[in-house]
Amino acid sequence: MPDTLALTEATYYILLSLYAPRHGYGIMQQTEEMSGGRVRLAAGTLYGALNTLCDKGWIIQLPVDDGSRRKEYRLTEKGKGILKNEVKRLRELARNGEKILGEDM
Amino acid sequence: MENRKTIRKFFCVWSFEKEEDWLNEMAMNGWVLESVGFCSYHFVRCEPGEYAVRLEMHPYDESYVQFMQETGAEYVGRMIAWVYFRKKTADGPFDLFSDIDSRIRHLDRIGKMLAVIGGANLLIGLLNSFNPSRIGWINLLAATALAYALGRIHGKKEALEKERLLHE
Repeated sequence: MPDTLALTEATYYILLSLYAPRHGYGIMQQTEEMSGGRVRLAAGTLYGALNTLCDKGWIIQLPVDDGSRRKEYRLTEKGKGILKNEVKRLRELARNGEKILGEDM
Repeated sequence: MENRKTIRKFFCVWSFEKEEDWLNEMAMNGWVLESVGFCSYHFVRCEPGEYAVRLEMHPYDESYVQFMQETGAEYVGRMIAWVYFRKKTADGPFDLFSDIDSRIRHLDRIGKMLAVIGGANLLIGLLNSFNPSRIGWINLLAATALAYALGRIHGKKEALEKERLLHE
């Protein structure tokens, strides 16, 4: 799959949450907070997405500290690039929508 | 009053949502799943509606169970390839899948398992059909049932794929 395809909402918010290192539950909380409670990631969906994103090299799993079993993840440079392109794409979508709907909005 | 009970019940593989609904109905009535066996469910008393129960087909994966526990879910048990979780409703909503893609991937996992077991039964059945005892018909029957189940799962998947043309 080319890396230029649109991201899903879940992928977008996971990447955005991982601008700072976070563990799984932290990503769920951050996503819910950023979207004002609209987007809720379910644990199974998130787990699958984290594995896929690691395989793609968009995020990495940080070394686990002794004493804590929680795995933490962070965005990579590649992931940051993907995210920046997505923001540009979303801006275009919103701009066109507003232009055409105009006062209807 | 008894605090524990066991119910024997059988669900077809494509009715896993019905199975989940039934387990949640039990929890609403004050009986939460405590462990699972082959076609048997062991319940313990709880406050009505105290728990939400979810099940999923997932290959054995310690780190997945750990991940679920981090999010506040409790691991109940597993039976064949199905894994059961529960979570206190006071700790927030509990779902395993939040988008169409992961629901489709889940159906793919179920389909793959059915195909493997069905294929094995077909092979054994065909090989045994040359056996004078004609015992192979059991495997052929099993393969037919599994092929039917695969069809049901595929139907569910097609419905989701249609939905995905419009939504995530």
